[in-house]
Amino acid sequence: MRTSSRFIVGRLIDLAVVLFGVSIIVFMMIRLIPGDAVAIMLGANTEITPERIAELEARIGLDKPIYVQYFDWIWGAVRGDFGTSIWTGRPVMSEISANLWPTLELTFLSVLFGAGLSIPIGCFMAEARGKGAEVAVRIGAIAGLTIPSFWLGIVAIFLVSKLLPGVSALGYVPFTEDPLGNLQRMILPVIALGLPMLANLSRLVRSAMLDALSQDYIRTARAKGVPQRGLVYKHALRNALIPFITSVGVATGYLLGGAIVVEQVFAIPGLGRLVLGAIAERNYPLVQASILVMTASFVMVNFFVDLLYAYIDPRVSQ
Amino acid sequence: MRQFIKQNKLLSFAVGFVALQIILALFAPILGFQDPYQQVMIQRMKAPNAVNLLGTDQLGRDVLARIVYGYRTSLVTCLTAVGLALLVGGMLGMLAAYYRGWFDRIVMRFMDILFAFPILLLAIGVIAVIGPSTWGAAIAIAIVYTPIFARLLRGPSLVIVESEYVMGAKAIGASDLRIIFSHLLPNLSSVILVQASLLLSAAILVEASLSFLGLGAQPPIPSLGLMLSEGRNFLLLSPWPAIFAGFAILFLSFGFNLLGDALRDTLDPRLRSDN
Repeated sequence: MRTSSRFIVGRLIDLAVVLFGVSIIVFMMIRLIPGDAVAIMLGANTEITPERIAELEARIGLDKPIYVQYFDWIWGAVRGDFGTSIWTGRPVMSEISANLWPTLELTFLSVLFGAGLSIPIGCFMAEARGKGAEVAVRIGAIAGLTIPSFWLGIVAIFLVSKLLPGVSALGYVPFTEDPLGNLQRMILPVIALGLPMLANLSRLVRSAMLDALSQDYIRTARAKGVPQRGLVYKHALRNALIPFITSVGVATGYLLGGAIVVEQVFAIPGLGRLVLGAIAERNYPLVQASILVMTASFVMVNFFVDLLYAYIDPRVSQ
Repeated sequence: MRQFIKQNKLLSFAVGFVALQIILALFAPILGFQDPYQQVMIQRMKAPNAVNLLGTDQLGRDVLARIVYGYRTSLVTCLTAVGLALLVGGMLGMLAAYYRGWFDRIVMRFMDILFAFPILLLAIGVIAVIGPSTWGAAIAIAIVYTPIFARLLRGPSLVIVESEYVMGAKAIGASDLRIIFSHLLPNLSSVILVQASLLLSAAILVEASLSFLGLGAQPPIPSLGLMLSEGRNFLLLSPWPAIFAGFAILFLSFGFNLLGDALRDTLDPRLRSDN
């Protein structure tokens, strides 16, 4: 018990250090922009006068010492207050929360698709090792890893609009308004985003299963007459799932990044579109806030995966 | 030679596949391709034909030429990025393993923090700061890959630093630099080759994503990602530029991935992913 609570405290300290470092980097970002960030933020349409610059500097607190600025910013961030958006005047946080749900749904469904299907496919590859069908699936898995998801999305949109005119593949409707329309529009983005994860995890399940199947306890189980199916799905799979869980956590981070591109392809109003729009408008507080929110969620996902990992495999925390 | 090819079929195929694409990109100007910037307005959005083997884009430019020159953009960007990341990240990883102590702790902590960002998001953040361009994309990818190389090289370096021949070298008074460059580095070369190839494969996808989002190469530079995003707007009129550009990205990325896998099997059978 003592070792595992020490493990959790250690991981919590790691978590705090990483989150602190991430926040420093995101905070410094805006201050590293060459040229005067404030003049840039005022935009080309406004006449840039020293008074206007001073006024805006005071509004976003750039006239204070840098460590005060950081603490003001991070204290706001912790309370969910990232200031107001420069262009719309709305709170940054409300813009983020308005765009959060589509990204969450897209990511969640893609993880479900990629991780869920990878288990049967990986088991199949381990069981049928060396057979023609298995080699084909393996080559398909490498291809799945290297297919650009945005290209897959574009080709899918093209095929759907050619073959099934009238079916809308683009855009987003909230699940609460039109559940069927929501899911229908999610199918293609989820496949485009989840396929590389499916390919990656299938390969991982395959090698973990091959590893597990060569262990002594499998030989014992086989000797006492457990049928092949039970051997693969019950005895070996349980142990093969341990490395699998860590990889799901890491892959979720890739998905968060990939979602930015897939949202752009399918015109889904999520966090990715928000970041890209904010960069194009040079709306830096919004850029900072969305990068911080996305990275912090990725860090938290990995933190919980680590804890889960230690819970499943007690050897880790010792 | 024939013997080698016979024994390493996968590696030979991967080397050939990658070499073909690199040669196309490298010698594009003397291989007789059309001018990738030449716009022929009466020949816009043509399907593949005898003059334009892969058709033309929305400005009447030859798609084949733009793809071959797009390979150049992609390879130059990604080789620069992976090279820089290897230089900085690899060096930091080796030094961290060699000196241990506070240096190791500080460097690796910093790498952990960079590693905590989702890859594409960090790249986008870097570009938001330095501005979108081909070099911007190269620097962004280099920064994203630096912690990966640092981690990849630190592990094996720790083992080598503890080995008897390094102890021996220290005992006869070899300098730190000599140990790092003539003992550590040569022993890491196979890890470096394999990982550089695998990471190049991924970098090609990141570069394509960035240019697709308008954050990498800017028009009218021939770029595979840009071709996809431009082609997307004319998809129903002419799907060819988008389809061929996608295949080009796929082949390039697939080639380096296969090469990395095959190199791993050949150079270090112990690292083989499947027994």
